[in-house]
Amino acid sequence: MLKGLLEHIGIEPGRLNFSWISSAEATKFVDVAQQVAASVKALGPARYLIKKRAEVA
Amino acid sequence: MIEYTAIIRDTAKKLLKDGKVDVFIGYKKGTVPMMNEPVVISDPEKVDTLHWDSLCGLNLCNYLTKRKDKIGIIANGCNSRNIVTHILENQISREQLYIVGIPCTGVIDHRAVLRAVGNKEVLDVQEQGDKFTVSGNGFSETFDKAKFLRTNCAVCTHRNPVIYDEMVASPVKEQEGVDPFEDVKKIEAMDPEKKWGFFTKMIERCLRCYACRNSCPLCYCPTCFVDESKPQWVGKSIDPTDTMTFHIMRAYHCAGRCTDCGACERVCPVGIPMRQFTKKLNKDALEYFSWEAGLNPDARPPLDVYKPDDYNDFVK
Ligand code: SF4
Ligand code: SF4
Ligand code: SF4
Repeated sequence: MLKGLLEHIGIEPGRLNFSWISSAEATKFVDVAQQVAASVKALGPARYLIKKRAEVA
Repeated sequence: MIEYTAIIRDTAKKLLKDGKVDVFIGYKKGTVPMMNEPVVISDPEKVDTLHWDSLCGLNLCNYLTKRKDKIGIIANGCNSRNIVTHILENQISREQLYIVGIPCTGVIDHRAVLRAVGNKEVLDVQEQGDKFTVSGNGFSETFDKAKFLRTNCAVCTHRNPVIYDEMVASPVKEQEGVDPFEDVKKIEAMDPEKKWGFFTKMIERCLRCYACRNSCPLCYCPTCFVDESKPQWVGKSIDPTDTMTFHIMRAYHCAGRCTDCGACERVCPVGIPMRQFTKKLNKDALEYFSWEAGLNPDARPPLDVYKPDDYNDFVK
């Protein structure tokens, strides 16, 4: 439901990923990490929900 | 609806006199029109302060949290669902409560009324059946209540209390053929950029006053995450990212619990429709878990139980 809410307000599908990997599942971890990296790379740098440093005049 | 006032007063008087309850929680007329206030009464001689009309837009369940005494309380559909949620979350016990149920026909949107009279100062509102008359200096206008309902009331499908000890009148017919999620679907159809633009604009004027949080019966944490300083979860200024973070988190803390009572929107000093966040969660709770909050005192909410067949398509 968190994913649903964040995507509803404009966070791109693919940026937020969930998985359940046991400490014994090394290959699954590698696969998922690669998938996530690829899907986030495809989206490019985050555009939303970024806090900029206060601009001091 | 206005005719319920006399019945509420009589009931409260009897309950207090007979010692069935220590206090009675209801509404009283506000000091300015359209702003009815909650009131807690313990003296049976003071029940005439109690009032009921279509401008009782706050949620009385908010005043039950962790009370130790015996309480009489009035509850329409949505308030009764919050009471059920409170019982489920151990904030109050059913045995402490005497619930006077109100079949509800909706609450009037005070902002819509102000718009309709061109933002002139309203000095008086009188209700007659399904119409109401608004008057002030040099004007008096009568409107149909049905056309001035708050947006949550217009699509409400649980107007009768789900839990009560007695009712002030027989149940009203529940609305049929309304789609509570029309607005959510419109946003769902936008692309991410548009969505972000929509929500950023929506909360642009937020003052971070937290009235929406304070008016909500679900927000009873002793220290809210926005007030914590060690660690500080979210910045306290009106930086747009901090404000968005506050809204996302406030809404998410209401996931599977919100009854769409509209109290949060009712109290916002700048009129932000922040139910757009909670409504998406309500829609998903219904779609993924067939769940609407507070309908059943015997069912555990979806987010605090695990079922092997829970929706989990999003897990890689
Ligand atoms: S949401 Fe439903 S029960 Fe609550 S005030 Fe509106 S119409 Fe009444
Ligand atoms: S979030 Fe708003 S609509 Fe939902 S229960 Fe709280 S006050 Fe009511
Ligand atoms: S009540 Fe309105 S202004 Fe205050 S914090 Fe909530 S959304 Fe912001």
